[in-house]
Amino acid sequence: MAIQTPSFELGSPLVQPTAASASRGYWQSVARRLRRDPVTLICAGTLILIVAASLAAPWLGLADPYKTSMIRRLLPLGSPNYLLGTDELGRDMLARLIYGGRLSLFMGVTPVVCALLIGGLLGITAGFLGGRVNMLIMRVMDVFYAFPSVLLAISLSGAMGAGTENTLLSLTLVFIPPVCRVSESVTTQVRGFDFVDAARASGAGTLTIVRVHVLGNVLGPILVYATSLISVAIILAAGLSFLGLGVKPPEPEWGLMLNTLRQAIYVNPVLAALPGVMIFITSICFNLMSDGLRAAMDVKA
Amino acid sequence: MSDLLQVRDLHVTFKTPDRTVHAVNGVSFELKRGETLGILGESGSGKSVTLRSILRLHPEHRTRWSGSIRMEGDEVLEMGSRALADLRGRRVAMIFQEPATAFDPVFTVGQQIAETIRRHTGKSETDAFKRAKELLELVRIPSPAQRLKAYPHEMSGGMRQRAMIALALSCNPSLLLADEPTTALDATVQIQVLLLIRELQREFDLGVIFVTHDIGVAVEVSDRIGVMYAGKIVELAGVEQMVDAPQHPYSRGLLASTVHDGMRGQRLEAIPGAPPDLAEVPTGCSFAPRCKFVRPDCTTAPPSLRATGDTHLVRCVLAA
Amino acid sequence: MDTMIPVDRGGPAQPLLLATGLRKHFPVGGGILGRGRKVVRAVDDLTLSVAKGETLGVVGESGCGKSTVARLLIRLIKPDRGTMVLDGDPVDEPHGITVNELRRQVQMVFQDSYASLNPRLTIGETLAFAPKAHGLPAAEARERVRDLLSKVGLDPNNYAERYPHELSGGQRQRVNIARALALRPRLVILDEAVSALDKSVEAQVLNMLVDLKSELGLTYVFISHDLNVVQYLSDRVLVMYLGKIVELGPVEAIYGNPQHPYTRALLSARPSMDPRKRTKEAPIQGDPPNPIDPPSGCRFRTRCPFAEDVCARAEPALSDTGHQSVACHMSIAGSGHSKAVRGGAAAA
Repeated sequence: MAIQTPSFELGSPLVQPTAASASRGYWQSVARRLRRDPVTLICAGTLILIVAASLAAPWLGLADPYKTSMIRRLLPLGSPNYLLGTDELGRDMLARLIYGGRLSLFMGVTPVVCALLIGGLLGITAGFLGGRVNMLIMRVMDVFYAFPSVLLAISLSGAMGAGTENTLLSLTLVFIPPVCRVSESVTTQVRGFDFVDAARASGAGTLTIVRVHVLGNVLGPILVYATSLISVAIILAAGLSFLGLGVKPPEPEWGLMLNTLRQAIYVNPVLAALPGVMIFITSICFNLMSDGLRAAMDVKA
Repeated sequence: MSDLLQVRDLHVTFKTPDRTVHAVNGVSFELKRGETLGILGESGSGKSVTLRSILRLHPEHRTRWSGSIRMEGDEVLEMGSRALADLRGRRVAMIFQEPATAFDPVFTVGQQIAETIRRHTGKSETDAFKRAKELLELVRIPSPAQRLKAYPHEMSGGMRQRAMIALALSCNPSLLLADEPTTALDATVQIQVLLLIRELQREFDLGVIFVTHDIGVAVEVSDRIGVMYAGKIVELAGVEQMVDAPQHPYSRGLLASTVHDGMRGQRLEAIPGAPPDLAEVPTGCSFAPRCKFVRPDCTTAPPSLRATGDTHLVRCVLAA
Repeated sequence: MDTMIPVDRGGPAQPLLLATGLRKHFPVGGGILGRGRKVVRAVDDLTLSVAKGETLGVVGESGCGKSTVARLLIRLIKPDRGTMVLDGDPVDEPHGITVNELRRQVQMVFQDSYASLNPRLTIGETLAFAPKAHGLPAAEARERVRDLLSKVGLDPNNYAERYPHELSGGQRQRVNIARALALRPRLVILDEAVSALDKSVEAQVLNMLVDLKSELGLTYVFISHDLNVVQYLSDRVLVMYLGKIVELGPVEAIYGNPQHPYTRALLSARPSMDPRKRTKEAPIQGDPPNPIDPPSGCRFRTRCPFAEDVCARAEPALSDTGHQSVACHMSIAGSGHSKAVRGGAAAA
């Protein structure tokens, strides 16, 4: 690598923010920025659609997702009465995909929420208290970090046995360390700001300082990170189901559906790919939305 | 004309998704070889933007320039990338407030200076290192041979600043741009660096533009001082005229509000208010809202720069 | 709530704050087991007193420990050693007052006006935080906020609902000063409080500080690297070098007749405001050494033009010369330095 001409740093030409005419809160300005970001808006819209359809599935007049039929197996897309065809047991794909979203999303969101609560608490504690407490919590997390998350999830699920609860539990355990580490680092950063020292100097208690000065500044970044984890959770949960370690048949779930439709890949490849498409769309939407949120929140003014 | 640098009616605006900032609004000055011009201003006055525009250092895609910047007769604003690369570093050098950002932390100081010399002059590696050692001697860095092998973080702040000056001078530029190079330094180190710049300027007959917010620093190094406010030079005069008889109300306010010896117990003459928002182009004089001599005609049209003496220019309707 | 106004207990002769033998060393680097660890000797055996109603200026270059002093005095960091007495009451000792009580009476203004305000809170919320934490009811806290804002020259109707990023640097620093006054302290520590401001704004804030001091009967510890500003504001001045006091005395003595070679260097390193009397020569060469491994004996000896053997051997004690206290062998009679004279006034 050649040495660059060192003296020509590009400096930011922006001047200091000056007073705006109307006072705007931080979240209002985040919302304003989000409104101008079409990608994030489209992703959020898609996700809302998927979530709403999954939740409202019983009232959408769909076919029974469990009803099998020997004669109508693997109907192609666009068949009469079966808009998205049928699977290897003759069940309606559209119904199964929509119903499957319930479990897949549940499996994606729940472990992240649980990990957010536990990992966030641990990370904020470690970050704010520092010293030995930090050392203790973070070294324990490092032990978990030593294993790749996929392997960890598989081995935990394998050890505890298949089933929805065990999948949730193993995914939660997998996500606690990264959430904890992110929470710890943003908290450590915020703790270093003078306004926290000023609050300490005013004689306020630790809990008050954390509630008023720390949480408001760290929750945003932690939530953004958690959003990006949801997509990983959905993929991991689907992966576990695919391996037979997660949801058990005949429950509709995208990962499991992908597994059972595997046999049909030469008969009807488009059909076999549909659950994968759903996983892809959902996880990429969560990811892009997380990026959009990060960009929108990464402003001072 | 024997001017080294000629800036005419320079305007610089930055566009961001949210707003447009009019950072420089019509700056004109010229600089002769061997002359030091101090540009004095507060944050947001456009002094740094003006300086960086001379090398077109701002991101091209969101910066708009107009006017003219002529370096030894060549128009900087119309230069292609080759001419620009030659301009930067060889003909014009720049030193910054924070030398840590100007050096790459993974290479030694010697490597970086030698590399710059080789790129601009095509010297051999041995020669380039020899020249680098001479340069470190020139900026009075003790035991230069050892210092060549030092990484930037192994040097103290003052030493790094000297090394940056050595780097800037490595290709014999004729113009040196200094952007608050002593602001981050301790008082006892600042004066050493100021004296060094002054000495080198004389030795190499350099043109120097020295941007600072500190009047004392500007007085120490400058032949002429330009005071900037809201993207305009409001007063331009020889250093003695500027200190003895500032004419623009802003320059006067700035001098009066700067605390120095013998002001103890006196009330400071502060300028009320704060500098204007650069998102809007003012219709009148930008300083009018803070000026205690404001008249009705101050707010109708921006005052032009008028000469009140041979070399004294003031942008104020009150200037006689 | 007038119960929150602390009363004068010890009378005018009792120093408001007396710190004795304060020491703070920060460990740096080293392994997990703490072996081979180095320490930054940020503050070493520092003794100072702040009289009621005075302004004590603290000057020095980066790394001299002046910011550590600020944080020690308000107990944001705990000293390794040393005691503090606030108006006759020992701090954090069995028969004294608690650290929390100290912090009610001693407050601090930080340099970075942006980092010292929580970006998520309005100015009103920031100012109400401390009074509320001390149990002031919401309505009274609101009233206090309005009062504080008008004290620092900001219109309460206009500023209470604003966020820090909507304010200019000078306005933010006014808010920081208001926050420091929220608990009605007796002593305010100003740590480079005007250093980041533009000169025209700095003058406004300095004027305000002078007004507030007389209006509220405050005592200041004013920490700055700017000798001119310290001279303008202070009654007494303390000069620090590498964690040690090198000279301490009334402002007239320190600026008019500095005794320590470092103080003299610092003063003559100020840029001249007169183009006809430009500085010809730098008073001292080199940078301040790293506080990790300060020189033995007198810490200034590596840059001192008058250094002799004795300076490396023995550490000069802070000794009284009549007008001021100086820690220099040249000011100590019989110290063994060839320029040592009786009663101070070292040769220039």
